This record gives sequence, structure tokens and C-alpha cells, in this order.
Amino acid sequence: MLLIEIKPNTCDFCGCCVGVCPEDAIELQEAHIEIIEERCTNCAKCVWVCPFEVFVFHKPARKEQAEA
Amino acid sequence: MYDVIVVGAGPAGSTCARYAAMGGASVLVLEKDRDVGMPVRCGEAVSNRSLEKIVDVDPRWIAATIKRFRLISPAGHVVEPDLGGYGYVLERRIFDYDLARLAVEAGAEIHTKSYVDGLLPEEHGWAGVTLSWKGERREVRGRIIVGADGVESRVGRWAGIDTTTHIRDMETCAQMTLSNVDLADDVCEFYFGNDTAPMGYLWVFPKGNGVANVGVGISGMASKKKAAIRYLQEFVDRRFPGAGVLTTVAGGVPCAVTVDSLVKGNVVLVGDAAHQVNPMSGGGITSGMIGGKMAGESIAKALRANDLSLLEEYPRQWEKEIGAKHRTYHRMKSAVYKFPDETLDDIAVSVLKLKPEKRTIWGVFKTALRHQPSLVWEMVKTFGLG
Repeated sequence: MLLIEIKPNTCDFCGCCVGVCPEDAIELQEAHIEIIEERCTNCAKCVWVCPFEVFVFHKPARKEQAEA
Repeated sequence: MYDVIVVGAGPAGSTCARYAAMGGASVLVLEKDRDVGMPVRCGEAVSNRSLEKIVDVDPRWIAATIKRFRLISPAGHVVEPDLGGYGYVLERRIFDYDLARLAVEAGAEIHTKSYVDGLLPEEHGWAGVTLSWKGERREVRGRIIVGADGVESRVGRWAGIDTTTHIRDMETCAQMTLSNVDLADDVCEFYFGNDTAPMGYLWVFPKGNGVANVGVGISGMASKKKAAIRYLQEFVDRRFPGAGVLTTVAGGVPCAVTVDSLVKGNVVLVGDAAHQVNPMSGGGITSGMIGGKMAGESIAKALRANDLSLLEEYPRQWEKEIGAKHRTYHRMKSAVYKFPDETLDDIAVSVLKLKPEKRTIWGVFKTALRHQPSLVWEMVKTFGLG
């Protein structure tokens, strides 16, 4: 399950996240970004390096609480 | 069918395309964006010597000529080491465009809006690339594929080269172009310190007419706690409260050693995609162009002789002229980035006690690394300095 969310309209499409992604799980075009869910392992490296805080990491525990 | 497909029209890709075309190859450059050279994700500073060595400099590329270089420690000690040369702050919108033009004049074709998303497999290696062009699926065949796809560096991965940058070595950057700032036109400033730019630095580079390129690069390790844009915004609010913000962009710079394989089969990597950035300074324009030129010349030679094993000349030449130096720079960076603020302040104070003629950039490094004599010795060996 994908735990990483991309905040809409915040990405500058710089490619920093793609450079650190160990799974080649990010598709980044001129003005479009997408995480490939089947490849993503939720390692969160993209979350850590993003200069513009584009990614949100949803901790599973918190998510379950929210759903409950 | 092309001899060479170059993915990415930055300085490294365009330079590689130019030299391959000059050597007689048919070359196609594929750029994912609609414009070459836009947006500018860069501090835009280069040394005059390294630029002049690789290309005939057009005055239209130069926004400012830098005579002084100012390093500011966390407590505010200012050191101005002698550069032994001068620097340029480029206008990369014009610069990148011209490098692409030079490639086209040499015979290369260029297609923008072309998003390469995979390699076409064949029995022994790769037959070309797959791409989307304005939403349409296309395939292009080529004998040699050059990954000049920047920090993303996916072409290399698809070919089986490990191009992933460790987050420690990824300098995550935010950069603004500011107007209405009061700055000397010939001074580049570099700010250091945990509160300003942890495991990196913040730069203020003049571009003339009251315009400045101001940015920060911090290690991905530091960025975990606080993102680059926050450091930049705080600095700009403090230092340039009345400035107009003309651009705000993000970026990433792989400040690592060169990738293990610059060539694998018929795939060749250049520039940021090959981690050819100087890992100490984070500067990658001229080193990427040098990589591009070496690669382009080797490619042309290999094609003329119809012998792909000649591509190996490129990694050999890179290692001899630059690769080994970058490994030393990388070890120096790793040592310096561990220094706490007090140590950085001590270094600045010690350098200020040196005689003015010893206050060179090497004097600064020797002082900074005086507690690591083995690293100073390595520096002397690698760079031939006394």
C-alpha cells in the first residue's frame, strides 16, 4: 500500500526525488509527477530530500487510527 | 535509425551531441521539456579557466565577472581567499540554448517535448529508446544511447548501471532570482553553518542590474529535518527584505563520486547523470561539458571504426583527468561536512591569521583539514600542490 502522497500543485519537477529513489518508482515529466505504486517500497527517501516538501508520508498507525 | 541518441539537452548532452556530430555521426537529441535551458536549476557560477578550456566563450553568456570570493563562517567571520583567477556568473537561459545551437550547427537534430521512458531491448544490448511525444508513443532506434538525463539519471538504471544517489550525497537545493538587491557586481558570497545551510552552503551570486542568484544546497540527511526552501526563505527575509522574487525553483545535485560504469554496452552516461559534478563545490557545468566532449569524441571514433570497445577510451580519459580528483574532493567534502559550527569559526579565524599571500583557496582547505593530515597529503598528491 502506498503511504506516500504528493501534495498537488507544490512540485517544481526538479528530479531530486528521482535521483535518490532506489526503485526507479517515480515518473517525472515536464510538469507531471507520479509514484509508480507497484515499485514503491515506501522507503521515504523522496520525502526526505524534497527541497519543496512536496511529499507527505502517512505513518500506517496514524492512518489506521484515522480510519477507525 | 541514428548513430547516436542523446537523452537530455543540458550542457553535457549538447556538448556530447556536438562532438559526436563533428566526428561524422548522425545524432538525435531528445529533450523532455518544451524549452532548452529552462527552467534554470543552478547557481550558474563557473571559473573562467574551466569554461574557456571547453568552449569559446560568448560575452552574451556572462551576467557578471567575479573577482572576489567571500566565505562567511557561522559567527560571521569573513574570509576572502585569493582565487588565482576569476569567475563568471552565467545566464544559463542563453548559455544552454547556444550549446544546443552549436550541436545543431555541427549536424545534430534536436526534438523537444520528447519524454524518454525506456530502452528498446534487443539481443545484445539496446536498439534505441521509447518515448512519448505530445502524448503519442514513439520508438527511435540508435546504435549508441547517451544518458544525459541529469540528476534523475534513469537511462543508466535501465541499462543496469547503479546511478542512484545516496541521500547523504544528494544536495537538495532551493534557488531564487532576486531583483532590487544591493550587491557588489564582482563578489560571490558563500555562507556556512548549521542554521544557514547544514552540510552544504548558501550562495549569493550577482547577475548585474541589481539581480542576484541566491540559493541553498543542503545534504539530504539534513533535509530530513527541514527542507531547503525554508532555509532559503529565512535567509532572504533577513538579508533582502525589499527584494522582488523573479523565480523560485527547486533542484538536486548529486555530489558523489563518478558512477562505476560510464559505459555499459552501447549506453554511455555524461554530466549529472554520470555524477560528474565536482562533489566539493557542487559545480557541474564545466565538468559535465568535459565529460560530454570526451564521450562525444570516443563515440565518433568507435562509430568510424565500427568497434564499440573503443568507447572505453572515454572512462579511461575521465578517470585520468577528473575522476581521481573528484574522489579526493568527495573525501574532503565528507570530512568538512562533519565539522560543527565552532570548528568552522575556528578555521575562519585561523585563515585570517595567515599572511595575505597564503590566503588562497588551498590555504583555506589546508587549515580546515589540519587535523586530518592524511587528507592534506592526499590533496597535495592529487592536485600537485605544495
